[in-house]
Amino acid sequence: MKNSLILYSAILIFGIAAPFIFPAFKVQLSILCILIILAITWNVQGGEMGYNTFGNILFYGLGMYLCASVQVGMFFPLGEWTEGGGEKTFVHTPAQFFQGFAVGLAVAAVVPAIIAGLIGYSILGLRGHYFAICTLGLGVAAGEISGGIEIIGAGQGFTTPPFPNVDRLEARGEFFYFCSFIVLVFTFLAVKAIYSTRFKLVLNAIRDNEDKAEAMGIQTMKYKIIGWMISAFFCGLAGGIMGGLVGYIDSTDVAFDGREMGVFMVLMAILGGKGTLWGPVIGATLFHIFKEGFWTFFLGWQYVALGVLIVVIVIYFPEGIMGWLREKYPERFGEVVDEADRKAQVTLK
Amino acid sequence: MLTLQAVLDGLLLGILFALIAYGMALQWGVMNIINIAQGDLVILGGYIAYFMYLYGIHPAWGVIVSPIIMYFVGVVIYKLVINKVVDRDLFISILATFGISILFMQLMNFAFGADVVLANSGYGTTMLFDNSVTLPNSKIFSAFISIVFAIGLVIYMKKSKLGRAIRATAQNARAAKILGVDTEKVYAATFGINAALCGVAGALISITFTIHPYMGLPYTIRSFMIVIVAGLGNLPGVAMSGMGLGVFEEFADYILGTEFRIGSVFLLLVLILVYRRFKLSRKREYLK
Repeated sequence: MKNSLILYSAILIFGIAAPFIFPAFKVQLSILCILIILAITWNVQGGEMGYNTFGNILFYGLGMYLCASVQVGMFFPLGEWTEGGGEKTFVHTPAQFFQGFAVGLAVAAVVPAIIAGLIGYSILGLRGHYFAICTLGLGVAAGEISGGIEIIGAGQGFTTPPFPNVDRLEARGEFFYFCSFIVLVFTFLAVKAIYSTRFKLVLNAIRDNEDKAEAMGIQTMKYKIIGWMISAFFCGLAGGIMGGLVGYIDSTDVAFDGREMGVFMVLMAILGGKGTLWGPVIGATLFHIFKEGFWTFFLGWQYVALGVLIVVIVIYFPEGIMGWLREKYPERFGEVVDEADRKAQVTLK
Repeated sequence: MLTLQAVLDGLLLGILFALIAYGMALQWGVMNIINIAQGDLVILGGYIAYFMYLYGIHPAWGVIVSPIIMYFVGVVIYKLVINKVVDRDLFISILATFGISILFMQLMNFAFGADVVLANSGYGTTMLFDNSVTLPNSKIFSAFISIVFAIGLVIYMKKSKLGRAIRATAQNARAAKILGVDTEKVYAATFGINAALCGVAGALISITFTIHPYMGLPYTIRSFMIVIVAGLGNLPGVAMSGMGLGVFEEFADYILGTEFRIGSVFLLLVLILVYRRFKLSRKREYLK
């Protein structure tokens, strides 16, 4: 308990000090926070509940569009804004910008959660690979359809409001970093609190054997929908912040980017270890470091590397880092190990 | 008359989809693998025909050359990746083939460039009903070739030794193994045949429509959809639902506009899955 308190406060202090220690990497650190949030939310579904989704990108993209639309639409006509494209006819005052962003984030979090609740009953009745393919279809369909809607920029994209006071670019990086870091801390604590309740046990029961869980009297559908709503809530928040950070929203390349973000979140959670609290955090951090290193030195070959990486991780490393650690040091994970039994197993092999 | 045009276009297009879906049903039934890279194999097959066209050979010969090359590509993919995921969880196979799909997409983008290309067959067009319906001869040609290949494969699966081994493995892999079928070889051949079918379809698509490195995923989704509507092992059903999908797409294109065409395909997939889920849940069952 004492050790973990020290660990948490060390991470918190590092998180607060990070943009001042590494001022050149502020944007990268913010993206890292977003990636960790996405990995944690995917893990609620894929890891704990056993519903491997490719569709959480739907909520991420939805949050991104909603946050930006609300931020613009609260003060200016949205249609004229997107039509203007790059030329800025409207300028947010600082007060308008922050007010709009706060309301936008709230909408970006709540609406995806409601949508997850609404479609959850239909979609979550599917199981296994049908669920995976169905959610993949949802994500791609959302991207294609939003690319045809005129008011949010259609094919030419949507420029989010620029940070007020443009000549102080420093403050912009710090603002978005602390936004994403606060949301990350909030997400982590919320998920940690959820994982210590009966709710997590129910999710694990659904993963291990849904029919049996139902036979035991658990209303599995209710829990599945709530689980998905939690994912959608935090995915939407992450998307809203990411939209402001990137500054430009395109339907298939930024918002509903199934080929990048949609796969990244699955990959990060699997790399770190599905079904653990810390797995997605570690996986996302390692993945981001690897990705940025690779993206910088082998520009152009990144998707080739990504494809190979997916295949290698999935085939040779499906348990992830936490799974590997668990196998190596079961005592540290609270599993009781009978030494004689363990030796007997080793000799049997 | 636009309606008739859309229906005819859709039917000819649907036959092509059915050919791809046939390959998907084959490997899904035999190996229990969902191949997300299916569409990328199609596009790769298309580029083979396109390159023949670039070097002055008539692209129709791609229908012969492309499946031969694609068969070996399929076997290589099987040996490198698929044989490690055959017995595992389906999600593992989905994710692994997703990785292959991204890899192929990008390699094709490097090798062939990001332009939309087509291999011009120079077949001209046929006018029907007082010139109110226009049918490019290449579409009729591609539908004809698809039917020939599909029927040929059905006969091959029924009569040949390998075909019988494949069907035996699909029914019960363990029993087939006991009776002396080399299942490893059967799996490799199945994946190769699937890739070869994709090669044929790709060559036909490059003649009839256009190809682009990133156009693979919609073909995967279409074939997946056709297979789940028809059910595994139901070949007439695959042909029927393939043509149905083709007609649906032409109408979606015609009514909603081209920019919503791919979106409507993906949305239809979601709707079909949800419909089947509700239908089955009345019997307290689910899609397996």
